[in-house]
Amino acid sequence: MAEATTTTDGGGEPAGGGDHPAPSLGVSNEKLGMWVFLASECLFFGAFVAAYLIYMTSYGDSPEINPGTIYDIPFTSVSTFVLLMSSLGIVLALTGAQRGDERMMRTWLLATALMGAIFLSGQIYEFTVFIEEGMTLSTSPFTTSFYVLTGFHGVHVTVGVLMLLILWSRSLMGKLNHRRSEIVENVGLYWHFVDIVWIVIFTLIYLVPVE
Amino acid sequence: MSAMTEAPEPSRLLRRPSKETGFWSWVTTVDHKRIGILYFVTAFTFFVIAGIQALLIRVQLAGPDGQVLNADQYNQLFTMHGLTMIFLALMPLSAGFFNYVLPLQIGARDVAFPRLNALSYWVFLLGGIFIYSSIFLGGMPDGGWFNYAPLSSEVGPDPGNTDVYAGHASRMLFYSVGLQIVGLASLIQAVNMVTTILNMRAPGMRLMRMPVFTWMSLVTNFLLLFAIPIIAVALWQLMFDVRFDGRYFDPTQGGDPILWQHMFWLFGHPEVYILILPAFGIVSEVLPVFSRKPVFGYSALVFSGLAIAFLGFGVWAHHMFASGLGPVANSAFALTTMFIAVPTGVKIFNWLGTIWGGRIRFTTALMFALGLVAMFTIGGLSGVTHAIVPHNYQHTDTYYVVAHFHYVLFGGTMFGIFAGVYYWFPKMTGRMLGERIGKWHFWLTFIGFNLTFAPMHIVGLQGMPRRIDSYPAGYGWEFWNQVETWGSFIIAFSVLLFLINVVWSKRHGEIAGDDPWDARTIEWMTTSPPPQHDWDVVPEVTARDELWHRKYAVGRGRGVRVPAGASHDHAGPEDEGEHHPEHIHMPDRSFYPLIVALGIFVMGYGPFTGGALMWGIIATGIAILLFGAFGWAFEPTAEEEH
Repeated sequence: MAEATTTTDGGGEPAGGGDHPAPSLGVSNEKLGMWVFLASECLFFGAFVAAYLIYMTSYGDSPEINPGTIYDIPFTSVSTFVLLMSSLGIVLALTGAQRGDERMMRTWLLATALMGAIFLSGQIYEFTVFIEEGMTLSTSPFTTSFYVLTGFHGVHVTVGVLMLLILWSRSLMGKLNHRRSEIVENVGLYWHFVDIVWIVIFTLIYLVPVE
Repeated sequence: MSAMTEAPEPSRLLRRPSKETGFWSWVTTVDHKRIGILYFVTAFTFFVIAGIQALLIRVQLAGPDGQVLNADQYNQLFTMHGLTMIFLALMPLSAGFFNYVLPLQIGARDVAFPRLNALSYWVFLLGGIFIYSSIFLGGMPDGGWFNYAPLSSEVGPDPGNTDVYAGHASRMLFYSVGLQIVGLASLIQAVNMVTTILNMRAPGMRLMRMPVFTWMSLVTNFLLLFAIPIIAVALWQLMFDVRFDGRYFDPTQGGDPILWQHMFWLFGHPEVYILILPAFGIVSEVLPVFSRKPVFGYSALVFSGLAIAFLGFGVWAHHMFASGLGPVANSAFALTTMFIAVPTGVKIFNWLGTIWGGRIRFTTALMFALGLVAMFTIGGLSGVTHAIVPHNYQHTDTYYVVAHFHYVLFGGTMFGIFAGVYYWFPKMTGRMLGERIGKWHFWLTFIGFNLTFAPMHIVGLQGMPRRIDSYPAGYGWEFWNQVETWGSFIIAFSVLLFLINVVWSKRHGEIAGDDPWDARTIEWMTTSPPPQHDWDVVPEVTARDELWHRKYAVGRGRGVRVPAGASHDHAGPEDEGEHHPEHIHMPDRSFYPLIVALGIFVMGYGPFTGGALMWGIIATGIAILLFGAFGWAFEPTAEEEH
């Protein structure tokens, strides 16, 4: 690569190969793009959460299926704990990446992905149990909005796990070293965001009592 | 980067395509200029399709008791006319300008994420094809562009007749899934453009030195960023209700019958500004250049744009006055709606101030820009009348509303886009777009437009409802409807002239040169058309209207032109160092954006079937998507190969 990049001001890494000016805000395009994307995601989850809040007491013809009877709060708390701990995992992976300790980075990338997978398995188990108890997508507006909101969060976790696995395999191929630690940081931003959204969802769905 | 050179030679599959010309070079392109042209061509195609639908509608309504279409065909046509014009024509035409002009205007070599840029185009194109494939699969969506649930999700045209009911469900799926795909394209574009504008400005181009078009593009893309997720959520909810028996919009189970309207218009009203703000930006570039004056009240233009965007999220319920929100909500939204006319009015006065006392050159671009100022003012004023609740009750769902939003979207957005095409065509092709046919194009559009839409105010106030496929004689609507139909054919003829003009000028137009309009902003400093890397030397910006300051040296009074060639004298550090074009590496072409888009396209067809077939289709789509995503992630970047 030509090293003739013009880093005149602003610091940060050059925007790309060749003769490009430095980024105007001093952060890389990738990181800025991730923040911009996450800003948009707030509205996405916000709208689903709003719909859930509107419908959390709309039980339709099946009033026996409601948050008080259906949720297993201790079980969900455990899987929530695993998911929140995974945020620590990605931070340790980033530390490894920044120190140039590729083994540490790989270990924690995999551990984070594993914790995400455990959370997802918990969600699948929970959905199965709920369906066995007669709570389906079409039982009431409450159940529809519960499944769709938590389901979309699950999809986001799945995408995050896939990104972690891509990073892990890139590292195995020798294409991820400490100079490129920022990509771990960006995936980490996404991962933290998904965790924070879960804190909001968990609190509103499982912890706020419903009359 | 030694670690990179040690990496194994990329396999054949991952080697990036390198053909410079021909079909595959366009399919694999990641060059923002080429993607811009793809956007223009595709969006104009959809514009013509939607125009033909409009002509059919007008033929049906030319006289009483129209027999050309039946009610079902009519419903599909007016729905698709609206959907196509908004999502597949006007928005992507703006995207064409974002892609082509914007990086040049801020002195960037490219957008922030070139492959994402290509992805956004392919998702848009395949999304459009997806919606239109409904013609062969049970009919096009027929619920109007805003498709009110629960009417659309639970009831349908005939719940007793299962065949008709299933057909209706499939049409609603084409609406919800198809718009979801097209919206995804806009979201990807918004992330890309916001990052590009914020982060890739030329040295010295501070925010308050950015051209007004760049500013309005930034605002528009922020609007997209916050409005698209809301419609996406509404569309997902509709899909779960229609296909998987969800209960979001089912009033019999406690669902809220106007939740859809709230979500739709919380997106839908900002959408109006998503459509109009880029046109405002274009006009703010065109008027100063052809008036030979700096834009009047630059900061006011910028901040009124921001105010419009902010207020745009606070006025959605004025679309819902008649749905019974109650006097408090209606009054509050009436007030916010009137507030939003203030920054819009500020803009109108800025434009008038810009041409006031200027040395005006009546080019086609300027005429279209002035057309926007005049026509949008009419559309804006009839918009204020909607804010008056009693008046609104009277004319809601009549042709008065149709007249209003066509004055905004055609008289506003489309006039602005035509102005932009005439203005930037020389930069894109190196040739001028014929001025003589251009004048004909303008006058025919202007006359045809007013003949078509002005009478709609009258028939609307006479009580003619929207969305009726025929009307009986004797209400006094016949004459004006006939005038409207004649007007619509004049518009069609003018569009034909425009297309002929573009095709002819592309080959035989007058050679333009770098700066044919004696313009003010820096996109006119590079060659026409620009080289693949846009700039041999990225200009250093020291002022608003940088090019004007370079041409007419500051402090020497008015209009002393600096001799050609001397304009780079004070350019400073940019001329130093090894800045030869061959040192500039642009990103290589890639197949993967298209593959990822294809995966999304295939997945979209899943919900139309059931059981194993559905999961099979979805799994195939996901497999294609993942293949594309992994290829994307592992594809060698340009710098690794050099």
